[in-house]
Amino acid sequence: MLQFIGRRLLFAIPVLIGILVVTFFLARAIPGDPCKSILGEKATAEACERFAENKGLNDPLPIQFGIYMSDMVQGDFGNSIRFSRPVSQMLIERMPMTIELGMTALIIALLIGIPLGILAAMKHNTPTDVGTMIVANVGVSMPVFWLGLLLAYVFALLLQGTFLELPPSGRVTAGLISVPFYEAWGWTINEEGFFGNILEFISNHFIFNSLITGDFEIFWDTIRHLILPAVALATIPMAVIARITRSSLLDTLGRDYVRTARAKGAPERRVIARHAMSNAMLPVVTVIGLQMGVVFAGAVLTESVFGLAGVGTALVEAITSRDFPVIQAITVVAAAGYVVINMLVDISYAYLDPRIRLE
Amino acid sequence: MSVKHDPLDPIEQNSQFLLSKPTSLWKGAFGRLRRRRTGQVGMVIIGGLLIMALFAPLIAPFEPNEVLIGKEEIKRREAPCYDALDFIGMWRCPTEDAPQHLLGVDGNVRDEFSRVVFGSRVSLAVGITVVVIAVTIGAMLGSIAGFWAGWADNIIMRIMDVILGFPSFLLAIAIVAVLGPGIRNAMLGVVIVSIPAYARVMRAGVLSIKQLDYVSASRSLGASPLRILWTRVMPNALTPLVVLATLGLATAILDVAGLSFLGLGAQPPSAEWGTMLASERNQIFSAPHLVFFPGLMIMLTVLGFNLLGDGLRDALDPSLQD
Repeated sequence: MLQFIGRRLLFAIPVLIGILVVTFFLARAIPGDPCKSILGEKATAEACERFAENKGLNDPLPIQFGIYMSDMVQGDFGNSIRFSRPVSQMLIERMPMTIELGMTALIIALLIGIPLGILAAMKHNTPTDVGTMIVANVGVSMPVFWLGLLLAYVFALLLQGTFLELPPSGRVTAGLISVPFYEAWGWTINEEGFFGNILEFISNHFIFNSLITGDFEIFWDTIRHLILPAVALATIPMAVIARITRSSLLDTLGRDYVRTARAKGAPERRVIARHAMSNAMLPVVTVIGLQMGVVFAGAVLTESVFGLAGVGTALVEAITSRDFPVIQAITVVAAAGYVVINMLVDISYAYLDPRIRLE
Repeated sequence: MSVKHDPLDPIEQNSQFLLSKPTSLWKGAFGRLRRRRTGQVGMVIIGGLLIMALFAPLIAPFEPNEVLIGKEEIKRREAPCYDALDFIGMWRCPTEDAPQHLLGVDGNVRDEFSRVVFGSRVSLAVGITVVVIAVTIGAMLGSIAGFWAGWADNIIMRIMDVILGFPSFLLAIAIVAVLGPGIRNAMLGVVIVSIPAYARVMRAGVLSIKQLDYVSASRSLGASPLRILWTRVMPNALTPLVVLATLGLATAILDVAGLSFLGLGAQPPSAEWGTMLASERNQIFSAPHLVFFPGLMIMLTVLGFNLLGDGLRDALDPSLQD
C-alpha cells in the first residue's frame, strides 16, 4: 500500500510541474507589455527598465521559470495589481467561502445522489427508476447559473414571508459580524505571521468558527445563506453520482455472489447494504473525485449569481480588471487542489480494491 | 431425389442468414437508437432545435436585434402577452389591443421570442464548431500517440495529462482571461480543454486495433504505415469518439454559455442565450421571463445532446442491452 502511495505521489509531481509551466506561459502570453499592464500606461522607459530588472524579466526563460516555481511553492503569489496587496492575503480571506460552499454542495450531492441511485437500481425498470433517471438527466444538463437565479426567484420572492424564505445573496445578513475564534478567546497573535495567517484562514470558515465560538446566530444565518447556492451547485454532481450509483449497483446485482447471498436467504436490504454496495461504490468514488473539478468550476458561476465574496468572484473581477497575478494564483491553487484530491481518490480506491495496488 | 424445403433445417437457416444482406454497424445502431426512449427524446429535441435554427427567419416575427421603440406601444421588459394563450395567467395581456409578444420584450425593447429563436443558431454553431475542431485535433494526436508509440506517445499524453490536471472550465476561463473576452476566444478555450478526452479515447482504440489480424495482413501486403492508419485503423477507432463527441456537444454548449454568462464569451448585442440571460440577471425579480426562457433553451439543448449521446452509446454497443 505504501509503495502504491509513493508511486502515485511521484506520478502527481510531473503533472504539478506541468500545471506551473502552463500558468507561467499563460502569464507570458498576455498581449501587451507586462510593465505597462502593471505600472500603468504612462510608465516611463526608466521605470520599466527598473521593473524588468526587479522582476527578473531580463533573465533567460528557464531562470524566470525557476524563480516563479520557487515563489509559487512557497505561497508567494505576488501582489494584486488592482488592490496592491499580496494575492495570498486575498486567498486567505476568500478561499474559506469557496471551500464552505463546495463542501456543502458535495455533501448535499452525496446525501441525495447515492440514495437516489440505490433506489433506482432496486426498483429497476419501474416508474420510480424512470422518474429518478429523468430527474438525473435533467440535473446533468442544468446550467447552474440559471438554476441559481430560479432558486433565488422562488425562495426569495415567491416564498417571501413564509418560513421557507431564504436570502438571495450575501454570505451573512448585513450588520452581523463573525468574530474570529482567536479574538473571542482573547488570544494575542501576530496577524502578519505565518501562524496568524493560518488562524485567520481557519476563522474565515464562518460555519466552523461560529460553531466553536458558540455564536449560533451567525451559524444559523450562514447556513441559511448557503442553502440556495449549495443546492444549485450540488445539482450536477448529484445527478452524476445518482446515475453512476445506479448503473454500478445494477452491474453488481447481477453478479454470482449476490445471487448466492440471496439464495442463502439474506434479506434484500442486507444483500444491497453488505454484499452489493461495498463493491458498487468503487466507480462512485472515482466520479466523486472528478466531480470536484465540476464543483470548483461551478462555484465560480454560483458565487457570481449569489454575490458571494469567494475565490470565484475574485477570479471574475480579476479578469475584468486584467489583474493577472490574481488569475494566475487562483488557477494554480485550484489545479493543485484538484490534482491532490484526485490523488487522494486514487489512494482510497486502492484501499477499497486491493487489486489496484498491484497493477 | 428432390430437395425438400425445410425451414427448420439448421444448414438451410444458416445459408439463409449468410445470403441475407449484412446490416452495417451504423444502420443497426440507428435502428436500435430509434427504439430506445432516451434516443427518441434526444432526437426529437435536437430535431426541433435544428428546424428552429434552419428556419429562424421564418419562425421569428422580428429580427433578433430589431429595437421596437417607436414601432409599437410597448415598454421595456414588458411581460409576455399572447391572446391565444390567454387562458394561462402568465400570457394574459394588460389591454385589449396590446402588442403580442410570446416571450415579452427585453431591456432594449427587442422581441425576446425572436432572440431566443435566433439564439439556437448561435448555440448549435458554437457547439458543433468546438466539437468538430476538438475531435479532429484530439483524434489526430490520439492516433499518432497510439500508432507510433515511443517518445511521441509520451510527449503527447503527458501534455494531455497536464490539461486534464486543471478543472476544465477553470482552464477555459484562464485561457479567455489571457486572450481577452469574446465568443471566438471562449470557443478556443473550450476546444483546448476538451481535446484530451478525445485524444485518450482515440489512443486507446488505436492501441487495441493495431494488433488485430487484418492490420497485420495489410502490413504484410506492404501497405505503408500512413495507409494502414488512415484506412484500417482510424475508421474502426472512431466509433467510440462519435458517442463522446455527441456528449461533448452538450458540455461545449454549456461551457460556452457559462463563459458568456460571466461576460467572457459572446458579447451583447449577440443573441446568445448565456449573454441574454446575463444581461437581464439583475431583473430576475421584476422580469423573470427574460431569465427563464434563455436558460430553459440552454437546458433543453444540453439535455437533448446528453440523451442522444446516451442513446447512441447503448445503440452502438449491443452488449449493454438489458
